[in-house]
Amino acid sequence: MRGNGTRRTGSRGNQTATTGWLFTAPVLIILGVFLVLPVVMAAWVSVSDWTGRGSPFAVGTQFVGAKNFEAIVSGGGLAERDFGTALRNNLYYVVLVVPLQTMVSLFLAVMVNGRMLKGRGFFRTAFYFPSVTSTVAITVLWLFLFNATGAVNKFLSLLGVTGPNWFQEPTGVFHLLAQAVGIGSPPPAMESGTLLGVSWWDWLSGPSAAMSAFILMAIFTTSGTFMLLFIAALQNLQGELEEAAMLDGASSWQRFWYVTLPMLRPTLFTVITLGLIGTWQIFDQIYTGTQGGPAKTTITPAYLSFSTAFNNQQWGQGAAIAFILFAIIIVFTVIQRVLLRERDSVPRRKRMNPKPSRGRAL
Amino acid sequence: MKTPRASRLAAAITICLTGALSLTACGSGFASSSPESSGAGSGPITVLIAASGDAEATSVKDAVAEWSKTSGTEASVNVASDLAQQLSQGFASGKPADVFYLSPDQLSGYASNGSLEPYADSLSNKDDFQPSLTKAFTYDGKFYCAPKDSSTLSLVINNDLWQAAGLTDADVPTTWDELEATAKKLTSGNTVGLSFSPEVARVAAFFPQAGGSLLSADGKKATVNSAENVKALTFVKKMLTDGSAKFSSDLGAGWGGEAFGKQLSAMTIEGNWISGALSKDFPSIKYRTVELPAGPKGKGTLQFTNCWGIAADSKNKPAAKALVEQLTGTQTQMTFAKAFGVMPSVVSAESEFKKAFPEQEASIAGVEYAQTLPSQPGAADVLKDFNAKLATLQASDPKAILDAIQTEMTATLSK
Repeated sequence: MRGNGTRRTGSRGNQTATTGWLFTAPVLIILGVFLVLPVVMAAWVSVSDWTGRGSPFAVGTQFVGAKNFEAIVSGGGLAERDFGTALRNNLYYVVLVVPLQTMVSLFLAVMVNGRMLKGRGFFRTAFYFPSVTSTVAITVLWLFLFNATGAVNKFLSLLGVTGPNWFQEPTGVFHLLAQAVGIGSPPPAMESGTLLGVSWWDWLSGPSAAMSAFILMAIFTTSGTFMLLFIAALQNLQGELEEAAMLDGASSWQRFWYVTLPMLRPTLFTVITLGLIGTWQIFDQIYTGTQGGPAKTTITPAYLSFSTAFNNQQWGQGAAIAFILFAIIIVFTVIQRVLLRERDSVPRRKRMNPKPSRGRAL
Repeated sequence: MKTPRASRLAAAITICLTGALSLTACGSGFASSSPESSGAGSGPITVLIAASGDAEATSVKDAVAEWSKTSGTEASVNVASDLAQQLSQGFASGKPADVFYLSPDQLSGYASNGSLEPYADSLSNKDDFQPSLTKAFTYDGKFYCAPKDSSTLSLVINNDLWQAAGLTDADVPTTWDELEATAKKLTSGNTVGLSFSPEVARVAAFFPQAGGSLLSADGKKATVNSAENVKALTFVKKMLTDGSAKFSSDLGAGWGGEAFGKQLSAMTIEGNWISGALSKDFPSIKYRTVELPAGPKGKGTLQFTNCWGIAADSKNKPAAKALVEQLTGTQTQMTFAKAFGVMPSVVSAESEFKKAFPEQEASIAGVEYAQTLPSQPGAADVLKDFNAKLATLQASDPKAILDAIQTEMTATLSK
């Protein structure tokens, strides 16, 4: 914005630059105070021995290097095992929620976008409703529904299934499956080997019943939001391509898979990115719902970061967990970016230039 | 496409960065004021409490308002929704509440970073507190804060279910065997004989009954996996396995009191606070409380307490201290006892309390032989892990659980 203006000449250019800075100043100050400064502070706390009294920048707070990070990833103690458990829990949450919510929201979007459907407005509102309800309210609702004697178990018992005591059942679903086929106890090799203080057997436990309930809840609440993004994208598509495909004799499934879906790729990227970030940061459901229980099967890095700092006064470790979580989110986003990249794409530099890329249909 | 991809991507990445960074920002309190304080001085007093219910909040507010009137110092009471988080925030910002509730497991953390004022040694009534409570709030040889009340665990029995099972006063269990036998008799239909929360704060009451404890007497060594504790936990597991006892969570209740109130269990192990909860939520339940049955090595129970902490950064410490002196006085504590069912923390109120609440005899008796849970730095975390492991007690080996906790506790104590 200021680039072209400043280089022209003399005082006029300077004035433009000053005006530019003046206009951007509020945003810069707000970002600085509420974003950059806290991040710098948190970064400092993560490598310091700050104990939670007074400012972290005050005299007396010492630099301790990577000690806090070491305690979490190689300390061999409770802190490491808790972090390992939190990662395990959250990994299952992400791996199950992100694909499911993406598929469900896409499915809903295609359904309510259909021209044949009567009462589209009603369905759109109904599907979007959970998204605008507060997480806390829905969590409370979920606690009731998934109570040992709650509606879900009542329904299951009608089908002849004895439902688990959802929010109190710490056994992982994969472990339950293993038990069902007769593998009650872990093979010795999987018991002894550990990663982040959690044995391989426990890494493979799968989400607990409590976490599964949270997984269902996440799909229920977020699908509406992402459905909205997909609807917007679907309405942006021109009908010609689909008509052409129809004339070529493509079935409706082929039209969706080979024509519509590729054109939705940018939206897909947004939805998955937002999904990844949201699921790795799950906090409020845990805080209001289970506080990490039963048997720590619903602690997540975000909740662990909070409780380590605020409840246990281990501020350095809490901040360190937050930074590791940040790194994990970045890595996952980059991975999915690579996976979703168009294989025959134009090099990045050329794509910025509108001319060559305008000609290509996406 | 109509929207350039690059900008959409940029937007996504910006959202990603913002989201991730703002999460990390949660880790830091934001403050610039200096932690030094004037100490003496005047000014209003703020009190931060975590109330068990309206009764507690109202009576604390009344007591503080009364002190405010006589002393002439302005004072206000805030009820915290998340006490630990609000305290931490206050200490980090240098503007904490002057007087607040503090649990023993938080004491070491706040005392070691200098947030707490070790004032209790200079209180005029400091020798009046029960010795076990004074010990619970002593850190590094300093008596930090005045215990505000006390509670012990006892066995709560539903009278109607008791009679329905054909039991009489003579059947009140006094040994483990009798406990098991009565629990079996009381188990029928949807009701189990005994239920309690799956946490160390209940289960550990069995340890002293078998002669064990979590720490050595001087509090320097972990004795979690002692033979006595293994015996106690094995007994608990046996009761859970044969169905005469169940964790309240397995009954779909939030805690022992809820399971008891809903008549899902005929007996429960809870503290004095259950009287307040039952009269509020389940007023029709008739019950009695008796001492916990003795194990092979005699009686045992657990004692719980909170204290009135004063912040080192308080602007008006003399007034804060005067307020605490008033709040821990015999009279105020009796008022609190009547309002929300806690036991006074001072010896001088004991006889009056016994007279006013004969039904709480068992709790008072428990004070004699009660143990407290470890409150050393880091111990709270180990106990949390203990809770997590207890949830799977039925499917696990008691010795293995205790061994794991022993290792963690030893590591914590040697830090």
